[in-house]
Amino acid sequence: MTPRQRRITLVVGILAGVSITVVLALNAFRENVMFFFDPSQVAAGGAPIEKRFRLGGMVRPGTVDREAGSLEMSFVVTDFKHDVRVVYSGVLPDLFRENQGVVAHGRLGSNGVFVADEILAKHDENYMPPEVAEAIKDKYGGIIPVNPHSRAAPSAGT
Amino acid sequence: MNWAWFHRLGSPPHIYRIAGTLTPWFAWLAGLLIIVALYSGLVLAPPDYQQGDGFRILYVHAPSAWLAVMIYGVMASAAAIGLIWRMKIGHAVAASCAGVGAWFTVVSLVTGMLWGKPMWGTYWVWDPRLTAQLILLFLYLGYLGLRAGFDDLSRADRASAVLAIVGFINIPVIRYSVEWWNSIHQAPSVMKMARPSMPIDMLAPLLMMLLGFTLYFAAVLLVRLRAEILRRERTASWIREVLR
Repeated sequence: MTPRQRRITLVVGILAGVSITVVLALNAFRENVMFFFDPSQVAAGGAPIEKRFRLGGMVRPGTVDREAGSLEMSFVVTDFKHDVRVVYSGVLPDLFRENQGVVAHGRLGSNGVFVADEILAKHDENYMPPEVAEAIKDKYGGIIPVNPHSRAAPSAGT
Repeated sequence: MNWAWFHRLGSPPHIYRIAGTLTPWFAWLAGLLIIVALYSGLVLAPPDYQQGDGFRILYVHAPSAWLAVMIYGVMASAAAIGLIWRMKIGHAVAASCAGVGAWFTVVSLVTGMLWGKPMWGTYWVWDPRLTAQLILLFLYLGYLGLRAGFDDLSRADRASAVLAIVGFINIPVIRYSVEWWNSIHQAPSVMKMARPSMPIDMLAPLLMMLLGFTLYFAAVLLVRLRAEILRRERTASWIREVLR
């Protein structure tokens, strides 16, 4: 091997070695890297029940209950396979609304209700002007259909 | 095949001259594009149906995040070329990239936090995408710090090149973090195989901004590269002729 070939081998070797290390490490810590669990994972017992964790999914339309004059509220987070009811008391982010992605941080009670102390809204990658959104809503009867390819729509078993 | 052009690329006086000629072109085009893109993005583009006018921070956030990643790619490639072919100009390019890349990373992080507070409800979460972008900033800073730690230029070149190449693994992690893991960050709207998830009157200013930022980077890179060449070649005779 010429010195140059040796240096190429060295560079390729470094890249390969580091890649393998990172892939193995990320795989080992998969659960910790995961930012949130979806309702199917919770139903399957995949979420850490005894600890605080994040629950992510879509807010099921028509399930948002607010008590008048208080910050208490509850709603259902769904991935269209399983549902989890969430109770929360506090200020909501701007993007919180029905049929939108949401990430709740808190604890799962023994009654299966998730008690959240922090709600984050998850935006999807779709941008459109209000008129277009209105037109789509008119066509589909009040809601913007969830794009099945959109990553805001929770996918099962990931 | 004639490799003369390739070898000329390794010649500092040649690069110094070309860089000087190209810089004003890149700079003026960048300025023009950024002004047009800012006007069409902040004024002409329609508001988003959910985020209202808040989405417009995208026109600074997304291009800076792309640039931060792209500049790292340029830096790592230049460092690898410098290491493998012993081309000093490769190391000079890599060294000139790091500062600009670090600043674009800072801009992407800060604009993302400002957007995240009203939209997500938090400035910062330890999300895979956000964390990977923060690691990118530390890689840039580590690269700069490592270079500064050596008195001997060729040792600084080689050590920092290895760091740049090792850190390159972070680039695919940033790009695919939103697809591999559940992430609060949205999936790519533009940089994907499918059609962009954005109408043309929102997309056009974004693409103009991206091109403008890229040309701005090219201009700044060339200015810094010339300074780097002058520093490295300060004892060479051609410098005296150029600066006369």
